[in-house]
Formats: sequence, structure tokens, C-alpha cells
Amino acid sequence: MLPASFDLTRLRASERWRVSERLFWMLPLLAYVVFPDSLVLLTHLFITALFCLSLDLILGYAGIVSLGHAAFFGVGAYAAGLLASHGWGEPLSGLLVAGVCAAVLGFVTSLLVLRGTDLTRLMVTLGVAMMLYEVANKMTSITGGVDGLSGMVVDPLFGRFQFDLYGNTAFWYALAVLFALFWIARKLVHSPFGLSLQGIRLNAGRMPALGAPVNARLAAIYTVGAAYAGIAGALMAQTTQFVALDALTFNRSAELLLMLVLGGSGSLYGALLGTLVFMVAHHALADVTPEYWEFWLGALLLAIVLFARGGVMGGLRYLAQCVQRLSRVGGGAP
Amino acid sequence: MTVLFDGIASGMLLFLISVGLSVTLGLMNFVNLAHGAFAMAGGYVCVVLLNTLGLPFLACLPLAALATAAMGVLLERTLYRHLYGATHLDQVLFSISLVFMAMAATHYGFGSQQQPLELPEFLRGQFHLPGLDMGVYRLFLIMVGLLIALGLHLLVSRTRFGAQLRAAVDHPRMARGMGIHVDRLFTLTFALGSALAGLGGAMGVEMLGLDPGFPVKYVVYFLIVVAVGGSGSIGGSLLASLVLGVVDVAGKYYVPQIGAFLIYAVMVVMLVLRPQGLFGRHAAR
Repeated sequence: MLPASFDLTRLRASERWRVSERLFWMLPLLAYVVFPDSLVLLTHLFITALFCLSLDLILGYAGIVSLGHAAFFGVGAYAAGLLASHGWGEPLSGLLVAGVCAAVLGFVTSLLVLRGTDLTRLMVTLGVAMMLYEVANKMTSITGGVDGLSGMVVDPLFGRFQFDLYGNTAFWYALAVLFALFWIARKLVHSPFGLSLQGIRLNAGRMPALGAPVNARLAAIYTVGAAYAGIAGALMAQTTQFVALDALTFNRSAELLLMLVLGGSGSLYGALLGTLVFMVAHHALADVTPEYWEFWLGALLLAIVLFARGGVMGGLRYLAQCVQRLSRVGGGAP
Repeated sequence: MTVLFDGIASGMLLFLISVGLSVTLGLMNFVNLAHGAFAMAGGYVCVVLLNTLGLPFLACLPLAALATAAMGVLLERTLYRHLYGATHLDQVLFSISLVFMAMAATHYGFGSQQQPLELPEFLRGQFHLPGLDMGVYRLFLIMVGLLIALGLHLLVSRTRFGAQLRAAVDHPRMARGMGIHVDRLFTLTFALGSALAGLGGAMGVEMLGLDPGFPVKYVVYFLIVVAVGGSGSIGGSLLASLVLGVVDVAGKYYVPQIGAFLIYAVMVVMLVLRPQGLFGRHAAR
């Protein structure tokens, strides 16, 4: 119970949508107009952003370190892919099923993951992802193995909008799902539940004293994060109508971690911005030095870990503070 | 029997490489995912010395270890030491970024193809015993592995250096108070870990192959050894490597359809049952 004098206005205020946020969500619409030729790439960006968001929920908010988040992405992708290739092509229910599959896996593995310390968590998440990779790799009759899963038939969205070659439908579909899930995540992290997660991240020892069941909360957010990742995977499967085995690799989990840190973990926009910066940098650097762009990526990450732990969001926040201080000095206010 | 022998040999190789990680991760409590990159560096140094300079193979091995140790000291002094107090997540990210850079740099320098390695005459061929074919090189690997294990064990448990190291790990502030140069000690330890990685990498070229993807391909195995053996425990690492090697080779030989699944499953079960590993000891930092 909160004491009556506790001031909630700041928490309430942070829940309200700011102008900058509204403007931010105009960006995809702008991108649709400005880059009509790269809708496929943009769709890919949305999906990766959703995936990154799912990691942000468990790592940035709850502080669960994971090196195997690709497991859930892969499970979602294969679930949706298998449904679609066996005649169940309706996309929305496919998403739902994929999300549920990933969530079930997330819940089951959360029981394993939550037992240990950071290092054990790293290893267990990694181990789970590698196990799934091996399963998908070896069960060629079901998953297609190294060749990937193809032959999907995805029905038109709402029975009307066909997934076309230019990626028009896919663009709006992915954007809508991303926004909807982002909206839910935003609600979630500003709810008492989300606040308690941050409390657990900051001081897991004290939270039980405040009446927060630590393990239950962590298991819950891990499950939610898994579901998000599964939906991202399903989106990928449905929009590209192909599932590659590489959906489950260690590289994907590691890259995802990079994106999140690049953007700044522990903030939803950090996940989105990190994905944006990462993919743009990938695109730009890969054009300049197609084979060695990873070197610059590594250097960038190194700099962030050593000098700018907050990532892009941290930088923005710092800038905002500077501007505020300047304007205060200029206006002569106290 | 041959399968068992090959398993032990590949386990020894794993031990050679991952015992270095066990040292850094277990004794210094630093999650160094870039350990595979050091092993790769050792491999490349060995290949270059052997193929372009024509040095004998046995001379290349210690040189590879020395070169990696030097790299380790350099990186430790400039970068790693800033992150000793950081969270595991930061350490993971930091070492992943090193891995990316190392992979791109090797790719740039040597191309993406596998590096060839000619073993000298006396390490090639096989012994034939009834029911057992022993590759000479594998026998050599096992011998070296055993020697290193013994040497390390003596180093940590019997020498002044070992005692200081254990003290510094258990309580760095107290150790400092007793006049132990903890920083220098950690640098040396890190150099030792890197040297072992380099040696293992150089010896592993023949069995594991060597290309820029090496650090990512095998880092999981190294981590498994350390996690299962209990970090910081040399005997544990040895046992875990041997079990892993035998299970891996036997699994691939007898039940190829499940492949590496078995190993990961064993690891996860192990970690859940005994999070600190088989012979875990608590690191204080």
C-alpha cells in the first residue's frame, strides 16, 4: 500500500503521450511517401524493431540477461510458417498462434532461466536457443533444415488485402502490429506491474519487502517478451513467406543485443531507435565496405560500452537536459 | 574404442582452449566471450609462422602462445581493466564487440577461406593396436593437455603466484592491503589465459579448422566447458572437456540425427541442477 502522501503526478505524467512521441510515429508514414521503393526494407525494419522491443522488455526493464532471444523469434516464425504451409493461411490467427507458442516456450524456460545468476542465465538462454537450432536443423522433414521452410500460402489480410510483390500490404500490416504491440508495451511498463519490474532490476532484494513477488513477476515479463518475439518471427515468416534456419542462430541474438544497447536499453524508444540506427548503419556501411562493416559496428559498440552507456536515448536525454539548463539560464528563472 | 580415443583427444583440445577462459572467467569473474578470438589469433600466428616463415611446428606453438599473451596484455591494459567492475551484461557486450572486430579484421587480412596447415612428418600417421587406431597427433594433443593441466594445477595450488591469485580473487581489497599487486596479478593472469587460448587455437587448427568465423563457431563450446566444469576449477574444466569431447564425438558417430542437441541439453540440465558447475567455487569479485 502506498502512503497517501506519495506523489504520483510524475509517474502519471510520464504515461501521457508527448508531442515528440506523436511526431516520432509520423516517421513511418513519412518514410512510406519518401521511400516508396524500399517498402520491403522498411517492413524488415519494423519487424526487427518489434523483436528488439521484446528484448527490451525483459532486459531493459526487468534486467534478465539473455543471449538466446532468437529462440522465441524462431519458434514464432516456424509456427506461423508451418501453419501457412499446411493450409492455414489466415495471417492474424497465425500471429496469435505463433505468439502463444512462443509464450508457452517462454513460460517453460523462464522456470529454468530464473534460477541462476547472470552468467547462468546467459548460458541457459543460449543453450535453449542452440537446442532449438539443432532441432530445426535436423528435423528436415518438418522444418526444411538448412534449406529453410518455404511453400507458404498466406491468405489476404481480412480476406481483402493481398500480400503483393511491392510489400505494400506487408508494410501496413507490420507497422500496425508494431504500433499496437508498442502501445500495449507502453501501457505495461507504466503500469504498477512495469514499475515493479524496474524495482526488481534495481534492487531485487528489497522488492519482496514491498510485497512484489519477484520470481512471478520476472516469469510473467519473460513470457510476455517471448510472445512479442514470437509475433515478430511470425510477421517475418508471413511477410517474406520464407523461414530461414538463421532465424535461430546465435548471431541473431547477439546482433539484437547490440541494437538494444545502441539505442539504449530500458526505454521503449531506445529499442526502436537502436534498430533504426543499426539497420541504417548496416545498410550504409555495407555499401561502402560490404565485407568488413562488422568491424565498424564492433568499434561503435565498444565506444558505447566504454563511454556512452545510455546509447542513443541516453545521448538524447543528455541533450534535452542541456537545452533545458540553457533555457533556464537564458530566461533567468530559478 | 577409437571413438572413445578421438573423443578424449577432442576433449583435450577443448580443455586446452577453454581452461584459459576458465581462468579469466572463474578467477577474475570476467565474462570474456572474446576468448575464441584469442584462440583464433593463436591459430593464425601459427599458420603464418609455419607457412610463410617455414618455422618448425613445435617452435610455432609456443610462439603463438607468446604472441597471444602479448595481445592479451595489451588489450587488458587498455580496455579490459576498465570493465572489471562492470556488470556482466557490459562485459558481454564489450567482448562481443571485440569478436566482431576481430572477425572483420581477420577477414580483411586473410580472406574467408580455411587456412591450410601441414603437420610435420613425425606427428602424422597412426598407431594401430588391436581394436584401436590412434592418430599420432591426437596422442600428442592428449599429452600436451595433460601436461598443461598438471602444470596449471601446480601453479595455482603450490606456487606463490597461485596463492596470491587466489587471495586477490577472494578478497581484492584485503589482498591489496597485504601488499599484493592485484592489478599486475590480474594482468599476468589474463596473459596466461590468453596464452593458453593461443596455444589451444594453434593446436586446434588441424582438428577444428581455422577461418574468420572461428570465435563464434566454438565460443559456445568453451562456455559450456567452463559453465559445466565450474568456473575457476582446473580439474572441473578437464573433466567437463573430456566428457563433452567424448559425448560430442560419440553422439556424432552413433546418433548423427540428433547432432549437437545432446550437448546443449546436458548443459542446460547441468546448469539447472548445479548452477555453480561441477566443482564450482565462488569468485568474490
